[in-house]
Amino acid sequence: MSMSMSQKILAHHANVDSVRSGQLIMADLDLVLGNDITSPVAINQFKKFGVTEVFDKSKVAIVPDHFAPNKDIKAATQCKMIRDFARDKEIENYFEIGKMGIEHALLPEQGLVNSGDLIIGADSHTCTYGALGAFSTGVGSTDMAGAMATGKAWFKVPQAMKFHLTGSLQKWVSGKDVILHIIGMIGVDGALYKSMEYSGPGVASLSIDDRFTICNMAIEAGAKNGIFPVDQVALDYLKEHNMKTPVIVEADEDAEYEEVFEIDLSTIRPTVAFPHLPDNTRTIDEVGKVKVDQVVIGSCTNGHISDLRVAAEILKGKKVAPGIRALVFPATQQIYLDAMEEGLLKIFVEAGVAVSTPTCGPCLGGHMGILAENERAIATTNRNFVGRMGHPGSEVYLASPAVAAASALTGYITNPETVKENE
Amino acid sequence: MNAHGKAFRYGDNVDTDVIIPARYLNTSDAKELASHCMEDIDKEFVNKVEEGDIMVANKNFGCGSSREHAPLAIKTAGISCVIASSFARIFYRNSINIGLPILECPEAVEGIKAGDVVDIDFATGRICNETTGVCFQSEPFPPFIQEMIANDGLVNYLKKEIAQ
Repeated sequence: MSMSMSQKILAHHANVDSVRSGQLIMADLDLVLGNDITSPVAINQFKKFGVTEVFDKSKVAIVPDHFAPNKDIKAATQCKMIRDFARDKEIENYFEIGKMGIEHALLPEQGLVNSGDLIIGADSHTCTYGALGAFSTGVGSTDMAGAMATGKAWFKVPQAMKFHLTGSLQKWVSGKDVILHIIGMIGVDGALYKSMEYSGPGVASLSIDDRFTICNMAIEAGAKNGIFPVDQVALDYLKEHNMKTPVIVEADEDAEYEEVFEIDLSTIRPTVAFPHLPDNTRTIDEVGKVKVDQVVIGSCTNGHISDLRVAAEILKGKKVAPGIRALVFPATQQIYLDAMEEGLLKIFVEAGVAVSTPTCGPCLGGHMGILAENERAIATTNRNFVGRMGHPGSEVYLASPAVAAASALTGYITNPETVKENE
Repeated sequence: MNAHGKAFRYGDNVDTDVIIPARYLNTSDAKELASHCMEDIDKEFVNKVEEGDIMVANKNFGCGSSREHAPLAIKTAGISCVIASSFARIFYRNSINIGLPILECPEAVEGIKAGDVVDIDFATGRICNETTGVCFQSEPFPPFIQEMIANDGLVNYLKKEIAQ
């Protein structure tokens, strides 16, 4: 029976020859993830199982990144709870502040993700690892608890949608613009319960960071997962970060796709999602004059080194516009260090940008950049729901690091092409 | 197993950030979470909701984050069933895993207004609007999901599996 790439990975992990969409399977997991918001709920559930150990100490990862470094006493209590649990259960992949990064940038960087893996995480953006050819998907805390206890989870095998990519991106256009364009096209439930599988000659032109961003926001189209084929770009990343032998799974030539979309990357424009849904997109040419109060560059979506390089290229030698608050969040300590050694942090600080330790912070309205009523942010984050970054009467516009950085210089949502032209 | 209560009615794409805003996620206490349920789009919900009431919404209910706090807040607030045209997948999973019954039924969503009294039979998937007298048929849960909900979620269900 012909299968999509996602279906094949699920079949391997369910120890069966083939699966079909809609089939319910129980599958073995390679990694189970939780953070400081979802793990406390999972730990409470885990205790109810009556088991004393996690299924495999090397296959559980716990990352305090959401309200960490501890934002208040309650957050500190939750972080302490997961720290104590990790110590008690001897979980090998617990990352303390100072080593911590935003989970979906950290796990691949630490070599915890291999191509062909089946990974669940109690965080919706767990779908990020599809960039490396893994099947990864977000679940809730009870699933995490069950997975920590048994090493297994149940899945309904998803249908697949194919995105056939050709061409290559223009200067100042990135993976963020690709995924915003796609979500704008298919809607926030356009891929509900489905796999978003990427293929075609355009894939080779996308950096691994672009692919992380594209897979990261699969959930914003309602998808179960996003996934890229394992090509040389992915193999190079895996070789640099991972001791394991890559597992290459390819979709069958005659795999069934519920829908096929042709996307010419060279035609994609810088794209902005207006409040209050990620599918409310406009190209930069259609934005008009939108004043902002805050600029956020970072998050699991866009806190990678290449994101910071683009932002620094635009901000170099310039100043953040008066009255605008600009914040940069490198996604991991390694990215922070790389940004320091490359001189990017100096560029940010000299431009008047605040640089933070890694945290999810403002993306989910946690801390480190909350908006007041009627305030407006342009952010490289992933959601612009009502109240997402603070007051229910505030607004978030989603964009790429290039658009966010250009906007920091003017105080209005700005086309990065125009900033460079004015030099 | 039945649910019976008055309907609260919401629109498309009700996301987990409005079901329970992240600013309250520094606790996992279900009662505290429930006290802020829906407050960013419906401040009166927590004051009006009574044990057994029903939530009815349009498409893609529960989109956004994986926070199980969202179905937990809804369940603890007293809601006995959520009916929507469609659900976001993590929310769907989480609801079943914690024993909050949820049904996909676009016809029922069309036929239920705020305040209508609704009766739901989970074994048959039948949804009856007692205010209008019109009934709708949804796909009933497969037996293992019914068992999971009857056991108050995945934990008790898996406990039995582990014990075997």
